[in-house]
This record gives sequence, C-alpha cells and structure tokens, in this order.
Amino acid sequence: MSETTRTAAASARNDATLIPPVDVYEDAAGITLYADLPGVPKGRLALNIEVDTLMIEGEVMLDIPAGMEPSHAEVGLPRYRRSFTLSRELDVEHVDARFEHGVLVLRIPKAAHAQPRKVEVRVD
Amino acid sequence: MYGNLFSRDLRAELDRLQRDMQQRYELSPGIRGLGRGGFPTINVGSTLQAVELYAFAPGVDPASFDVQVEKGVLTIAGERKPAALGTEEKTMLHIDERFAGRFRRVVNLPDDIDAAAIEASYRDGVLHLHIPRLQAVQPRRIEIQ
Repeated sequence: MSETTRTAAASARNDATLIPPVDVYEDAAGITLYADLPGVPKGRLALNIEVDTLMIEGEVMLDIPAGMEPSHAEVGLPRYRRSFTLSRELDVEHVDARFEHGVLVLRIPKAAHAQPRKVEVRVD
Repeated sequence: MYGNLFSRDLRAELDRLQRDMQQRYELSPGIRGLGRGGFPTINVGSTLQAVELYAFAPGVDPASFDVQVEKGVLTIAGERKPAALGTEEKTMLHIDERFAGRFRRVVNLPDDIDAAAIEASYRDGVLHLHIPRLQAVQPRRIEIQ
C-alpha cells in the first residue's frame, strides 16, 4: 500500500483539502487502516475503490450558530481527502469499514491465494 | 569547525522555519506555548451571546474528557488510547501518524464569560463547548420613549 501523489483528478477539482492522519497496520491476513476524520458525520464520508486506488473523502459538518465570527482556526478547511494505491493481493471485494467518533477503521483482507503459506522443506 | 558535528539538516531547518512563521503570524503567542499543532486542534468563534469552541478530538472515550475552567483559563484534558491491535504476532506498522496518549490543551477565555453555564457535547469526534457570555455584559438595545 503506497501513497499516491496528488492525482490529476484531485487537482482538477481545484479545492484544497485536509490530509487526515492515518495509521496502517499489516498482519498475515490483511491490512487495517485507521484515519482521523473529526467533524465528519457518517452520511458525509465517502469511500471509493477504483481499480487499485482507495479514496477517502469526508466533509466537516459542525453546529455553527448563525452570525458566528471565527476568531481562531487551527483546522482551516472543511474537507478531508486522501488516497492510497492498493496492491494486487488485497481483496477489495471484502473491505470492512467502521466509523465511530470521527475515526474510520478499514479492514482490507488479503485474497485467499495471497495468504502466507508455509513451505515444507523435505529432506530426502 | 563544527561543520560536521552540527550539520544543518533539512528537517530541523523546516521546523525552525515553521516556528518562525508562527511567531510572525500569531499575534500574541501566549506564555503557555504557541498554542498550535497540538492535539486536539481547536477552532474558536464568537457571537454576541457566547464563545463557541470546537476541539477536534476523534476517537476519544467521552468519559475520559476532563474539561475545567479556573480563573478564566479553560483546560481540556483526556486520553486517546492507541489503536487496539490483534494478538497477531507478525503485525507490522507501516504508517504511524495518529496521536495516542494523554493530551492537555489550555485556552485563555475572555473575561465576560459565564463559567457556570458552559455546555459541552461530543459528536463525530468533535468536542463542542458552548460558553455563554454574562448577561450583564451583552449589548442591550435601549428603547427611546
């Protein structure tokens, strides 16, 4: 799983986004990705897998009272986007996604044929 | 003479540049630090009636939040547990960018707020504090007879 540089498609949309921080773990059976997307409700999270690219997008929705004047902003954009290139041994048909308290957890299993197999060495 | 021992490295240069920019653009860096780049990140806005503070703190157990106001200083503390991993032995960590552990952020509040009436809610990983201003200080329209 390697991160792609900004794709032509993304820059064509011409809007800057935040890049959510992620953790990526791999074990024998698959890959687990955690992404921080605070402020994004479930309905505003979009996950897309196209050929071998995983795209995570989310829009921040906050309860902002009418007439509020911003006075200090560390989060400067209301959108997140980040994409990853998936490798071929990953089974994109069986991705499991959970999204709770602004943390996305994606589990991408490895295809059965790509699971590690121990090769027996026979000594004759 | 110390050229090799203290060679400038690019990363340190970038860090210095970033701090330099912050010093320049943050109008009044407080005594409690630059106030940026920590966890959680904070946005603040205000209306005539209240100050609204949004702390972007995803994945925190709501029970672990400790929000206190003392002498006009607001403290938001808590803990974010690291991702729970399986007991799988051969787990590899490829990317490690997310914050884990205890956090604390301190914010100076304006003088006219009513600390007793602060409301806090946690939704979609954002802690929202609604901090009302004191009634007496709110601008009032004076009717002309």
